[in-house]
Amino acid sequence: MVFQVVALLVLLLALAALAALIVDIVRDGLVRMSWDFITGYPSRRASQAGIFPALTGSVFVILLTALLALPIGVAAAIYLEEYGRRDLLARVIELNITNLAAVPSIIYGLLGLGLFVRLMAMGRSVLAGAATLALLALPVVILSTREALRAVPGSIREGSYALGATKWQTIWHQVLPVAAPGILTGLILSLSRAIGETAPLITMGALTYVSFLPSSIWSSFTVLPIQIFNWVSRPQLDFHANAAAGILVLMTLLLTMNAVAIWLRDRYQRKVGQ
Amino acid sequence: MSVTVGPTPPSLGAIVAGREPLPPTDGPCKIEARGMNFFYGDKRALEDISVKIRPNVVTAFIGPSGCGKSTFLRTLNRMNDIIPGIRVEGTVTIDGEDIYRSGTHVDELRRKVGMVFQKSNPFPKSIFENVAYGLRINGMAGTRSELAGRVEQSLQQAALWDEVKDRLQGSALALSGGQQQRLCIARALAVKPEILLMDEPASALDPMATQRIEELVYNLKRHYTVVIVTHNMQQAARVSDYTAFFWLGRLVEYDRTDKIFTAPSEKLTEDYITGRFG
Repeated sequence: MVFQVVALLVLLLALAALAALIVDIVRDGLVRMSWDFITGYPSRRASQAGIFPALTGSVFVILLTALLALPIGVAAAIYLEEYGRRDLLARVIELNITNLAAVPSIIYGLLGLGLFVRLMAMGRSVLAGAATLALLALPVVILSTREALRAVPGSIREGSYALGATKWQTIWHQVLPVAAPGILTGLILSLSRAIGETAPLITMGALTYVSFLPSSIWSSFTVLPIQIFNWVSRPQLDFHANAAAGILVLMTLLLTMNAVAIWLRDRYQRKVGQ
Repeated sequence: MSVTVGPTPPSLGAIVAGREPLPPTDGPCKIEARGMNFFYGDKRALEDISVKIRPNVVTAFIGPSGCGKSTFLRTLNRMNDIIPGIRVEGTVTIDGEDIYRSGTHVDELRRKVGMVFQKSNPFPKSIFENVAYGLRINGMAGTRSELAGRVEQSLQQAALWDEVKDRLQGSALALSGGQQQRLCIARALAVKPEILLMDEPASALDPMATQRIEELVYNLKRHYTVVIVTHNMQQAARVSDYTAFFWLGRLVEYDRTDKIFTAPSEKLTEDYITGRFG
């Protein structure tokens, strides 16, 4: 009983802190929030500065990240879960993936700088940024995909094998569709983390002041968190209002993304379930 | 004071009485095991099994839990291969072909030897897709109308067509337990197997649904060789032509069903069917 009260109080405290943050941001940012702000380009004058290149950059980078992380992550998980043997090598790989999920994101930025920007000569492009964020997202995608594959009932696999299906046919036609909602959830979680990342992209050299839209995967770019970071570090208070408004845009984007994904997942679950 | 009870079920002898005499168990056979041993790791689950199963009849495997009857059934389509650490000794032949010979196409074997499981396991897809899946993966789908025709035919063979013909695109999981099991039978029949293995197909169903499955099993033997594992001796007596009694991983007795249930030659069989143990 006492424990329940304490637990409830702690929960309310956490929610209150979150609410306070949101109220604060909304109060600061709402004055700058307008259509012009969303569709505008950066400017030296805070009142004229907009967020469009950063917003476009964020959406572009995160879509590309998903395109890179999903197939590679799912393929890796299928190999580890369905094909790989349970030997020492597999255990070492598993341990590494679990550890990678906890590596500070700036390390991924350094890796991205060395591997994608320099060695593979992608430059400071959208592609290099997305590849860096995909690396960051991969461990979670792999782990959650393995969980989802493991959760598929053995009876479904048996039913498929009993009809003369090969292992790959069984995985592709029966196991993956059943696991899809779980895989999608993992992907959303990791993309939600990636979209808020600043450090790895600054490390690999994404621009902080961009007055044009990325036109291809080779363009230079910036993203919302970098733009916000840039505004916060200005001394003028007007820019701080811009930063607050930028945070509102970022949060809206994130919540929309999650909502769409949850909707997709529920729809999928209903379709296969009932 | 007397306690009223429902009508007593007919005795096993009464169920099998008056059957046409069947030929003995040796003779032409569809499936044959010779000196087969089966191991899960170090544990021997089947010991020196030799049996000839005749074509186009229903053969029942009976015996107490853990006696190896399901394990033996699952060696016939190599379903046990999925389990790590298993080992098979001796031979199992189907139509004279050793199915454990290296180079055997297990997928091809499983298409030819269909299986229905204890717990119905329809895929979480539409009724139509459940039946069409096997046809598609085996390259038997043909044109759209050929596929639809084959799906209908299979559902009809499984006595399910009339109940689902108006909702083929509906989810298979919305069907009742008995309907799901018949869907699994339809799914297995769609790929034109020659043998149908059934692992306690009615054990999770109510009496009405069980009766429908039993009628189905009885009719299937015209086109298929059916092997059914069952806990229920009444069921074995009703649906099967031949019965094999397993005990502790050994095949104790294998004979015509009427003989097993009226005049078994082994004391152990008699004790089991009269309910002295098991």
